[in-house]
Amino acid sequence: MAGGLVVEQLLNGLQFGLMLFLLSAGLTLVLGVMDVVNLAHGSLYMLGAYVAATVAGATGSFWAGVGAAVVATAAVGLVVEATVLRRVYPRDHLTQVLATFALILVFNEGARIVWGPQALLLSVPPELSRPVAVLPNLTYSAYRLVVLGVGAGLAVLLFLVIHRTRLGMWVRAGASNRAMARAMGVPIQQVFAVVFALSAALSAVAGALLGPILAVQVGMGEDILILAFVVIVIGGIGSVKGSLVGALLVGTVDTAGRAFLPPLFAQLMSPEAASNLGPALASVLIYLLMAVVLFVRPQGLFPVRA
Amino acid sequence: MKVKRTAVVCVLLAAVLSLVPWQARSQPRTLRIGFVSTLSGGGAALGVDVLDGFNLALRHLGNRLGGLPVEVLTADDQQNPDVARSAVERLLRRDRADLLTGIIFSNVLLAVGDLVFGSGVFYISPNAGPSEYAGSQCNLHFLNVAWQNDNLHEAMGHYAQLKRYETAFILAPNYPAGRDALTGFKRFYKGQVVSEVYTRLGQLDYSAEIAQIRAARPRAVYAFYPGAMGVNFIKQYAEAGLMQQVPLLLPGFSADADVIRAVGKPMVGVFNSSHWALELFNPINRRFVEDFRRSYNRVPALYASQGYDAALAIDHGLRAVGGDLSRKAEFRNAILSGFDSTRGRVRFNRNGYPIQNYYLRQVVESANGEVVNRLVGTIFRNHGDAYASQCRLR
Repeated sequence: MAGGLVVEQLLNGLQFGLMLFLLSAGLTLVLGVMDVVNLAHGSLYMLGAYVAATVAGATGSFWAGVGAAVVATAAVGLVVEATVLRRVYPRDHLTQVLATFALILVFNEGARIVWGPQALLLSVPPELSRPVAVLPNLTYSAYRLVVLGVGAGLAVLLFLVIHRTRLGMWVRAGASNRAMARAMGVPIQQVFAVVFALSAALSAVAGALLGPILAVQVGMGEDILILAFVVIVIGGIGSVKGSLVGALLVGTVDTAGRAFLPPLFAQLMSPEAASNLGPALASVLIYLLMAVVLFVRPQGLFPVRA
Repeated sequence: MKVKRTAVVCVLLAAVLSLVPWQARSQPRTLRIGFVSTLSGGGAALGVDVLDGFNLALRHLGNRLGGLPVEVLTADDQQNPDVARSAVERLLRRDRADLLTGIIFSNVLLAVGDLVFGSGVFYISPNAGPSEYAGSQCNLHFLNVAWQNDNLHEAMGHYAQLKRYETAFILAPNYPAGRDALTGFKRFYKGQVVSEVYTRLGQLDYSAEIAQIRAARPRAVYAFYPGAMGVNFIKQYAEAGLMQQVPLLLPGFSADADVIRAVGKPMVGVFNSSHWALELFNPINRRFVEDFRRSYNRVPALYASQGYDAALAIDHGLRAVGGDLSRKAEFRNAILSGFDSTRGRVRFNRNGYPIQNYYLRQVVESANGEVVNRLVGTIFRNHGDAYASQCRLR
């Protein structure tokens, strides 16, 4: 049975990590390629979840909701890039932080006005809302398995795009040396627009898929944005591979910390002390991980720039 | 010309001056109630229910409490103690609220309690009932019309004990009411608690905890998760296929209309505890349930009854003192000696917490396909709380 627990927690960690990857891949590309600190990334994630919930509610089809979320969020991403980000590319990071923080406020208030202050309901599609047996002795939520599969599929797809296509080459070139890439004739303006729309679309997928597991509500983007930043700091800014490794690390460490630390503490000390210390330490575990990585490898695990 | 204008001004001034005392005399003083509650985010369903219940009671009372016209000043605390503190400060200092109510979460209440009590303003709690304010820190200015935090969990602990579940896995969010909850459950459950888990307040993904439950194979699971946390926990518990394997016991907070609306059929069969039920047979409750359904087009949860009762309690207390809130002890004692609520006559301990019955309910699917809570039986009769003896108030 202990083996079953470990497998199940591993699946949980992978599923959470892959969703974090969808978010942090976009964030790391925008930061690495465009050199823009995009705090509004979480707002695009929130927008994706809201659109998915609305369309799924109207059409009755969860997957139609996901599709609509991707298209709508990518479109909004293009508009935001053209109207706001393009003006702050040449500015320093502080200006970008201010501009994109303002976007968070605009998106949050906008969502409050359009959808109201209460959380929206996005349900797991009925055909997936049952457990399936993954091992003889272990059942697991079918929906979470699908989320896992979609996340893994998108990760592979993203790798193929980054490493096997011309666009991917431009993106990598932009990430490692922007000035040189521009000098070599890479159409930076178009690449920026595509990268931003792509990152918006990926975060919309994460928002729509996590909607039924978490809750579709105002402010949902900020919680997960912090984790996404932790991931890209661990992985190395601009590196998609780094963000995949970082996301899986954060996902499994966070899940394992919540699952195994409190019972471990309960064996070592009094129940009162354990119930105080266990959850507290479990919640700071990923930040400890980040601190250790920063100490050992300040550039992250897979630094892009020399 | 100039003289004429001066004369006109004088006449106008005189008219204005004569108006002022006339208005002050003929219009009775307005009672300003500061209603701080969680109206957005994952706990919004709770705050909105309490507010709607409170407003319904006001309508039933002709928008007057104890004969005074009422102005309700609402503020959203966003389930954030800091936001609540600044809202309370504003209500007390700028708006000069006469009385405060509305807070849902105990950590929010504990963050503002000293501010309210220190200003000599009454706080009538429709929900949060932390153990801190029930024992040695009980306060003249604090009353809870609903329950002490431990109570519903004590009832479910007693039920688990009666059912003789040998082992139980218990969970709650890591905040004062979560700790009160599991303390209350353990006070009456004498079986073996195989694991006592505290999760982050507001956590929405319970996959790690559910895996632990599956591995621990308890005979029963008890989980206190209000609002969106409860919706997610129960959904994920059902999706993991545990509903058929390990009975899930819940307090009414995690199994009332707000959660049922979101989770639906998977909840059918779940037992839960409450101090109130839709079917409680008394005229106040019948009017409340019928009008609530008609006005808001949904089934009231226990929170709505608590909001309704808070208004009734304030009305009852104010009547006893002729609308004069400065007669504090009399106001308080009038409520403590009992008022008629949606649960019938409710009496109180000296610490300001109720002595009342606690019921067992079960989620069932009615003939027309609606999933609702049905009253099954009574777990405790005239049950108080465990802290009252430590309260030094007379």
